[in-house]
Amino acid sequence: MKLIVGGALAVLFTATSVVAQDGGACAKGKTLTDGTLTIATGNPAYYPWVMNDAPESGEGFEAAVAYAIAEKMGFGQDNVTWVRTSFDEAIQPGAKNFDFNMQQYSITPEREEMVDFSLPYYTSAMAVLTTQNVVDAGAEATLDSLKGLKWGAVATTTAIPMLEDVIDPSSDPLLYNDNADVNAAIMAGQIDAALYDLPTALYLSAVVVEGGALLGQFPPEQSESPDQFGLLMEQDNPLKECVDAALTELTESGELAAIEAQWLAEATGVPVIK
Amino acid sequence: MTAKLSLRGVRKRFGDHEVCKGIDLDVADGEMVCLIGASGSGKSTLLRCMNLLEPIDDGTIWLDGTDISEPGLDPQPVRQQIGIVFQSYNLFPHMTAAENVMLAPRRVYGRSRDVLRPQVERLFSRFGLGDRMDHYPDQLSGGQQQRVAIIRALAMEPQIMLFDEITSALDPELVGEVLDVLRDLRGQGMTMVLATHEMGFARELADKVCFLDAGRILEQGPPDELFSAPREARTKAFLSRVL
Amino acid sequence: MDDASLPDGASGRTVAAPTRREVYEAEVRRRSNRIALISTASVVLAIVFLVPLAPGWEAVQRSFFNGRVFAATFPGLLNAFLLNVMIFAWSAPLIAVTGLAIALCRDTRAPALFPLRLFGIAYTDIFRGLPVVLVIYIIGFGVPGLGLPRPWNSPYIWGTLALVLVYSAYVAEVIRSGIDSIHQSQRSAAASLGLSERDTMRFVVLPQAIRNVVPANMNLFIALQKDVALLSFIGPVEVFRQAGVYKSLYANFTPYVGAALIFLVLTIPATRYADYLMNKQNRART
Ligand SMILES: Nc1ncnc2c1ncn2[C@@H]1O[C@H](COP(=O)(O)OP(=O)(O)O)[C@@H](O)[C@H]1O
Ligand SMILES: [Mg+2]
Repeated sequence: MKLIVGGALAVLFTATSVVAQDGGACAKGKTLTDGTLTIATGNPAYYPWVMNDAPESGEGFEAAVAYAIAEKMGFGQDNVTWVRTSFDEAIQPGAKNFDFNMQQYSITPEREEMVDFSLPYYTSAMAVLTTQNVVDAGAEATLDSLKGLKWGAVATTTAIPMLEDVIDPSSDPLLYNDNADVNAAIMAGQIDAALYDLPTALYLSAVVVEGGALLGQFPPEQSESPDQFGLLMEQDNPLKECVDAALTELTESGELAAIEAQWLAEATGVPVIK
Repeated sequence: MTAKLSLRGVRKRFGDHEVCKGIDLDVADGEMVCLIGASGSGKSTLLRCMNLLEPIDDGTIWLDGTDISEPGLDPQPVRQQIGIVFQSYNLFPHMTAAENVMLAPRRVYGRSRDVLRPQVERLFSRFGLGDRMDHYPDQLSGGQQQRVAIIRALAMEPQIMLFDEITSALDPELVGEVLDVLRDLRGQGMTMVLATHEMGFARELADKVCFLDAGRILEQGPPDELFSAPREARTKAFLSRVL
Repeated sequence: MDDASLPDGASGRTVAAPTRREVYEAEVRRRSNRIALISTASVVLAIVFLVPLAPGWEAVQRSFFNGRVFAATFPGLLNAFLLNVMIFAWSAPLIAVTGLAIALCRDTRAPALFPLRLFGIAYTDIFRGLPVVLVIYIIGFGVPGLGLPRPWNSPYIWGTLALVLVYSAYVAEVIRSGIDSIHQSQRSAAASLGLSERDTMRFVVLPQAIRNVVPANMNLFIALQKDVALLSFIGPVEVFRQAGVYKSLYANFTPYVGAALIFLVLTIPATRYADYLMNKQNRART
């Protein structure tokens, strides 16, 4: 009898501890590995989204948001693992090696035909990165002036439709594989300006591009379809409702705004393009 | 009278293998000299030495009393004087017969096609090729190709013509038409040196026949003498094999 | 036994009635055609029916063979392909001329020109030893980085230069092999006519050499048509880059399939033609 009670107690104890570890009921059985949340980021992951290319530290805007979402879903710091993927790996058919993928993916209706996005966790302004030389040569934060510049962008971003629809430059833009190549082209004077999301542009102009300057920004509220970042998931991933619930909670409680204030610089000094 | 072409002590080596071991030979103006001898005896090499396609290692070659074998001498003017026709025709396959013939006069003498064409036409019809001028080599029979090659050499207006077994690659029934060309040239008084296996032809037309054996002229003389009364045993042995 | 001894007068036949051998060979041909047809059909059927049975087929189809995405992006891809054609059109003649010049450098014999020969050797060794994309990166970003003003820092100029450097090295080697393939007797014949070395090369050796290597060079130019896409690494938006942009906008790989189709439409006939030339030449040689 004593043995039976003891056994029952033991079972009960184990059960409660599993629940505590496994987090909220929502995510249960929906993750890649039971009890673990697998999050993907870029290779490398860039400042200020992830500091020092080390998402495990939780430092950097996306890293911090990732851990906040994980916590709301019931995964402790130790139950999160990180993987790296390229954009192509993120969208290729077949089994995914992540629960969600977080690297400034813009939510667009076209992409949603193929993959699922969470609710947005950030709404970005687009900003014009250029060099002091170009500014000195007379470039201004007006659409007219921008049209005449030679443009570049990273080929895999939603900056390209924006470039074509809003700025509509007079010569064809040049497109590159990644930020590093765009910067090389700017520094070589092959392009005058590049379109980035504002936090990236701020960082590049201040730290990476020699003589870099921010000419202006297109604030999200001005745009008909603002650039919103979402977590990318395999289509029909059952985890989406849990992620969305966590994000809604974070937004409503103001936690998300606090994280943003902590990691993303104020962009008040950047002129708005007219 | 001095010889048109004169060789003294000509030696030619390929690596360790000496192919001409001191050749003395005189070719008088208008004379036809035939070189006979077994395959590998050095006939082709000797002919190639004569128009400086192969530089000689030792000895002297005089053309009209001028030493043309001096090392470092520009061989091109000499080659214009001494034409050669090869066993394998060596026509340029990407040019018509007429273009084959006109290339060197155009480039070397700077003559225009307009000037050359009538002369070339005369040569072609003289050798029975009047209707083949604008054919490509692969559209011609072996005998026709060889005649074009002869015309090509003649178009440079050489003073001496060298022929290296020019009928050896031909089908038997085509040999005659090429030998007729040689007969024709002989009639015109062209100075000629032939390496040949056509003993009947040599006997009929040559002024002098030289028997080459292992890089030496073992015996030479008028064809009647050499063919009917060879002095050397090796000449006899060779002739008994080919006659 | 020859025809003349046959009693039925077959040798005197004027109408082309098939001989026994022709009848036999026609039957053999018919039979092998039948077998080839049946085996090809079974392989095609197996692919058509079995591949869709794979569990991931539907997902692959949606990502790679998506009709909606194809229709939306194909016109844009065709348009971008014009840039490939243009880059090819101005690179190819430059490559041919440079390749020929380098081949001639390597073939010089005069001692005074030894530096030229050395240059030719170094050039072909270096540029055949480097991946095209590296040369494009190094020259396409490196040279403009020296501070050239526009338009002299254009990626088109330096990207083209990179293609020319690499491909002319290959073309030079092919031409050189063509020069080597011309029998010594052709040079002898030219020399015996008193032609200079220069004229011998120009009128006798090169025309034959170049004709001999047309198929090999065609294969190189087919490869060039594909490698033009690598210029996209330094900015130009040609078809491969345009496909990448669409891929990222639609989160779908179908645009790459569209680009592949465009390449194939061009390269397959060119490849077949090169093979045909090659076979023809081989037959002519034997
Ligand atoms: N270019 C060469 N290099 C090396 N050996 C050669 C060359 N040309 C000819 N020989 C050699 O010289 C010898 C004589 O050859 P050749 O003059 O062609 O004789 P023939 O014309 O009497 O048959 C042969 O043994 C041949 O192998
Ligand atoms: Mg010989």
